[in-house]
Amino acid sequence: MKLSGSDILVKTLIEQGVDVVFGYPGGQVINIYDSLYKYQDEIQHVLTAHEQGAAHAADGYARATGRVGVVIATSGPGATNLVTGIATAYLDSVPLVAITGNVRTDQIGTDAFQEIDIAGITLPITKHNYVVDSVEELADTIREAFKIASSGRPGPVLVDIPKDIQVAKFDYVEQPKITKDAKSAASDAEIAKAAEIINEAERPFVYVGGGVLTSEATNEAIALADTIDAPIGCSFMGISAIPTDHPRYLGMQGMHGHFASSQSMHHADVIIALGARFNDRVTGNRAKFAKKSKIIHIDIDKAEIGKMGSMVNGVNGDIKLTLEKLIPLLKKTTKPEWQKQVDEFKVKEAARDDHRTTLGPKMAISTLNKYLSPNTPIATDVGQHQMWAAQYADFKTPRRFISSGGLGTMGYGMGGAIGAYFGTKEHTVLVTGDGSFGMCLNELATAVTNNVPLVILLLNNGVLGMVRQWQTLFFDKHYSNTVLDRKTDFVALTKAFGGDAARVDTVEELDKALEKAFSTNGVFLIDCAINKDEFVLPMLPPGGSMDDIIVKVGD
Amino acid sequence: MTKFNIAVLVRDKAGVLNRVTSMFRRRRFNIDSLTVSETETDKYSRITVTFSGEENTKDQLVAQLYKLPDVVKIKEFKPDESVSCELLLIKMKNDAASRDDISAAATAFKAKTVNYTKDAIILKVTGESKKIDEFIKLMRDYNILEICRTGVVSLEVGGETITKE
Repeated sequence: MKLSGSDILVKTLIEQGVDVVFGYPGGQVINIYDSLYKYQDEIQHVLTAHEQGAAHAADGYARATGRVGVVIATSGPGATNLVTGIATAYLDSVPLVAITGNVRTDQIGTDAFQEIDIAGITLPITKHNYVVDSVEELADTIREAFKIASSGRPGPVLVDIPKDIQVAKFDYVEQPKITKDAKSAASDAEIAKAAEIINEAERPFVYVGGGVLTSEATNEAIALADTIDAPIGCSFMGISAIPTDHPRYLGMQGMHGHFASSQSMHHADVIIALGARFNDRVTGNRAKFAKKSKIIHIDIDKAEIGKMGSMVNGVNGDIKLTLEKLIPLLKKTTKPEWQKQVDEFKVKEAARDDHRTTLGPKMAISTLNKYLSPNTPIATDVGQHQMWAAQYADFKTPRRFISSGGLGTMGYGMGGAIGAYFGTKEHTVLVTGDGSFGMCLNELATAVTNNVPLVILLLNNGVLGMVRQWQTLFFDKHYSNTVLDRKTDFVALTKAFGGDAARVDTVEELDKALEKAFSTNGVFLIDCAINKDEFVLPMLPPGGSMDDIIVKVGD
Repeated sequence: MTKFNIAVLVRDKAGVLNRVTSMFRRRRFNIDSLTVSETETDKYSRITVTFSGEENTKDQLVAQLYKLPDVVKIKEFKPDESVSCELLLIKMKNDAASRDDISAAATAFKAKTVNYTKDAIILKVTGESKKIDEFIKLMRDYNILEICRTGVVSLEVGGETITKE
């Protein structure tokens, strides 16, 4: 059956199991939108307010489901508006297929209206990208894009489709859904060497990264820790891979990590890192990081192993499959002395914790926790509120923390939350700050129009809190451009967009507002007052080591 | 610091060289020379890269290259298991004072005179990079007008090929 290129594109998306796409129409994708109209019973299109929101929504959908998120935008500014969203997905290894229209093939290179070289622009922020040269190769290119985006270490792929390719006709023959590249365990030699090192460990630490979510290796990671009696910590990207209330779980470590988690990692003699990449926010001063420890690094991406130097024992393979082979080689042991030391770290952490009962960051997130169901996705933007959510929010199910880690994209949250809702159909939460929210609050329109059940907890301190925190600590309180001093009435704003909202200044008011928010089948924003001098603590100063950790202000 | 020489077999598609060099730039790999050429099949092109660095830099470069979907195969060449060659064109000012010296050096290096005018002499030298370096060093005593060199191409000795496991 001969179909137009745009029909072939949409049919191929349906064939690959895509049920929802996010996007924004425009001149060079009108044909694609005509095909989406034609096949609207088989594939849903969610119109956002801005292409950036659509890219983040496709990303949020992918994070929450593990499936490939799809975003569509027109050429020129439509395509460039995707760039931040694609980079966000790239840094966090999120499977995404971005489809852009472009001017006719014979106009490419002539600086035609809304022509831009989006393949060139996205070259360093995609796993791969394509400019489709002929309608004959369109369907297979889309299939290959899905395969690359979802195989191995996932990531974004962009497919740029010139207008004439969308119009041209060719036979479409339906194909089965692509299968990802086969995963394999690491080599027996690497696994045996790792087992040898782990069996000699006295103070092992299991360090869970985002790869555990991708590999769906939660049970294996816990089984590893149980076998060798190790505590479990995680990177920011590993949050939600281990249930927050698991007795071995110490939470996130790193720059703003839990004291006990960072200290246990620092004092461990063997660190078993599962799909993590030792980012500078994790290690602080790399020369002083885990100097006394042997590091075993299990990762599906060979290039990540040893990227930061030759300090690691690389185990290159899928985490789940590798752990399935590794665990039987390990001696089942208990390590009471190590556990005692970890308990001491926990006691210290508890003593230094925020025990106030008034409305501060911890009380805000703790109060939110009371209303979560085990499957509630929690999206965030970027900044202090993000770290507070990472530190204090409760997670029971993997893939429920929807947040931009590697790129740290302010403005991610609204799109991310909308995408997570479409992926899970769960009442969704966005924890945000007044700075980040200001960047992409236009997506309130998308959430309201699509009747997304969304609780927005806006921690409103009137400042750009994270930068202000650095200015307080490292720049002599020169609050350069971090005092917002805006007159925005967030309650009125949300109502103007068609949602509901409340302002809260006390824990009691927050409690009441949350109850109302979770019983509202739509958007409900809670404008929650937070003091501008609240800090994210502990804090490992940039480039510092575990000895420099700031636990309390004034330390 | 070790000198490395690796051959990268890539799919012969538009933009592949750009993908490879973009990755080198982004990850700050410092390349000494890079050549692209046709191969025995029109499906693939071959990129030969030489660079100096530590062993783990080479491992990282190879691992990053393998992440590019257009990269088919990579092979590292040790000097004693491969033959390498590059080509130099050098344009020298032709004057009475240096003409004889240049000519003597050219003979010693088996350089070929490919163009001779009253203003300039163009010499062609082929061989390993070290020989080319030495010839250029020698010519620096005279008046070099222009230099152009191709960069290294390499093949493994014996019956093995990059496509054969």
